[in-house]
Amino acid sequence: MNKPGLELSVPDTESVTIAEGTLVEAVTLALRYEMARDDCVVILGEDVGVNGGVFRATEGLQKQFGSNRVLDTPLAEGLIAGISIGMAAQGLKPVAEIQFMGFIFPALEQIACHAARLRNRTRGRLSCPLVIRAPFGGGIRAPEHHSESTEALLAHLPGLRVVVPSSAYKAYGLLLAAIRDPDPVIFLEPKRIYRAQRQRIPNDGQALPLDTCFTLREGTDLTLVSWGAMISECTQVANDLATRGISIELIDVATIKPLDMETIVTSVKKTGRCVIVHEAPRAGGVGADIAAQVNEQAFLELQAPVARVTGFDTIMPYARKEDIYMPNTIDIQSQIEKTLNFS
Amino acid sequence: MRGRHRFAIPFLQYLDTHGEVDVPLPAWTSDIERLQKLYEQMVLARTLDQKAVALQRTGQLGTYPSTLGQEAVGVAIGLAMQADDVLVPYYRDAIAQILRGMPPENILLFWGGEERGSDPGGASQDFPPCVPVATQLSHAAGVATAMKLRNESRVTLVTCGDGATSKGDFMESLNLAGVWQLPLVVVINNNQWAISVPLKQQTAAQSLAQKAIAAGIDGTQVDGNDVIAVYDAVKTALDKARKLRQPSLIEAVSYRLSDHTTADDASRYRDQKELNVHWAEEPIGRFQHFLHTRGYWDEAREKALQAHCRETVDAVVAAYLAAEAENPEAIIDYLYAFLPAALEEQREAIGRKAEVLNGQENPGA
Ligand SMILES: Cc1ncc(C[n+]2csc(CCOP(=O)(O)OP(=O)(O)O)c2C)c(N)n1
Ligand SMILES: [Mg+2]
Repeated sequence: MNKPGLELSVPDTESVTIAEGTLVEAVTLALRYEMARDDCVVILGEDVGVNGGVFRATEGLQKQFGSNRVLDTPLAEGLIAGISIGMAAQGLKPVAEIQFMGFIFPALEQIACHAARLRNRTRGRLSCPLVIRAPFGGGIRAPEHHSESTEALLAHLPGLRVVVPSSAYKAYGLLLAAIRDPDPVIFLEPKRIYRAQRQRIPNDGQALPLDTCFTLREGTDLTLVSWGAMISECTQVANDLATRGISIELIDVATIKPLDMETIVTSVKKTGRCVIVHEAPRAGGVGADIAAQVNEQAFLELQAPVARVTGFDTIMPYARKEDIYMPNTIDIQSQIEKTLNFS
Repeated sequence: MRGRHRFAIPFLQYLDTHGEVDVPLPAWTSDIERLQKLYEQMVLARTLDQKAVALQRTGQLGTYPSTLGQEAVGVAIGLAMQADDVLVPYYRDAIAQILRGMPPENILLFWGGEERGSDPGGASQDFPPCVPVATQLSHAAGVATAMKLRNESRVTLVTCGDGATSKGDFMESLNLAGVWQLPLVVVINNNQWAISVPLKQQTAAQSLAQKAIAAGIDGTQVDGNDVIAVYDAVKTALDKARKLRQPSLIEAVSYRLSDHTTADDASRYRDQKELNVHWAEEPIGRFQHFLHTRGYWDEAREKALQAHCRETVDAVVAAYLAAEAENPEAIIDYLYAFLPAALEEQREAIGRKAEVLNGQENPGA
């Protein structure tokens, strides 16, 4: 195993470009690239080996890299997070999969009490360069506990990074960045769009920056802020409104902890209006933090109250009623209209 | 080296894999009707289960975890428990819940994406099926604690899979049951797979039953495809919990003949040869052979049973498909005993949104 920080050469077999890939394929591609580049990277979790993960995110990796690099663990999320911390402190780069975000809770003690704090409490002597990946979010008619969006619970914890890709391209670059980051990163994969779209992914090992928002479309009338799967709905609404001459600036937050408020505030200062969209429940959601900071930093430029389009403050309903819960394009568009018409 | 303590794990099996018997049967097996009922319910369980899979395949049900090959475990539990006992099930316990009074269509409603589907019907203190693996074990220990504190003679029975035994919740609950001598029966449906992870990657122990030893309680391994053995073990454990307030652990060694759920494809990780071996050991054919040999079963009965199961299942599916839609506000009405004032506006928004969605679905209406 290589020492952390050691420069590794990029294997040229990996310099291929795949023309088109889905988000989940981009995850696999990034994992494969980084495993080939850095033999400190170790994958672990439930069903990640032979089965390639229940969503196939680790498909073929055990075959390629062997069962010392891709470990099927016993069924125990607390254990998965806990051993990842120990492995990381030893200089490995564990990339753990929690099968669904709904089952991350046993791992939360390890994440909150240890992963997020190890660097701080040892004053930098030990660190925790791990990644915990988990598919999250609703809209795929999954059983109970398979559809929640609880990113705010994680985003509340100092010491963590929480990253949410919104496309295949972002998933590839952000996951590489997450693995290379020297601190713990929770990487939440919006499973509703795992296979929604194929996108060109240059498999060049180029990481995208963490801690920064991405402005997906520039506009002048209103700043629309979102992340993950909801970016699809937001894009659709922004496109529709553009045909009516309404110009939306769409920001993909991508790293929801720590927040890059500079990009958002600069945009709102320009447009004067801000709508935040997230699938998670409203109360205590990440949107609340963004809204508060926009108010703190762009109050004088605001021409309308910052508004949120979110899930309801209730338990994620089972499949038959999940559409009622999920924010949709109508919800987003009507809030945008309200915000634009505010006077 | 001489150990300070020596332990052994009893293994209970009456019917061998061919349905032959060469040991004395327990006394209750003189009740022929009981034996027939065990058989009939296993057949019903399988008929309903295969129908549920078919419904999923045709888009009429969500992801569904089949109980194929594990019917003996559920039927034994469902028939051995008393009405006022409490069952704390996991997600692979359909027939046990039905035998305790759950309208079978609720199983379909649950996997069809409706909270109402967790209504147990008769046994109203039973818990809903538990999806987060192993968490139900501590609820069961809590239910058993309440029974003990109130000096009741009721018993709590909790089920889980083999994978669940790797989680702390399992060992924590077992440990407590030993320390507090709880009226608790823990039944592991060891179907030998946790999705794609085989048992040998879950534990290096020779059995799961031996985990009881570390908790200071009785552990028994039974042939989970021998319904006589499972029923006998569960009955004995329930009696012991009821009369002596002693907890126990039962490991029922079965086999998951299906995929993990309809969302899974076991051919990716499981050898067809292994599957064939276990098909030869499944519980229903084996028990049918036994009943035939004893003269407790015949062709006419079998034909009548098959017809009965088909009719029952057709009626269950009809009831499921005819179930009236729930109010959209139900998604928030059961959140608290009373809706907090802070949520009233959201409740109204839920109603409005459901109307919009309805309008999209039925533009003419
Ligand atoms: C805490 C938790 N982690 C992961 C999952 C996802 N999952 C559902 S079933 C399952 C395997 C369970 O295997 P086992 O306990 O043997 O029960 P079986 O399904 O085989 O009956 C997993 C990993 C879950 N439901 N809960
Ligand atoms: Mg199992």
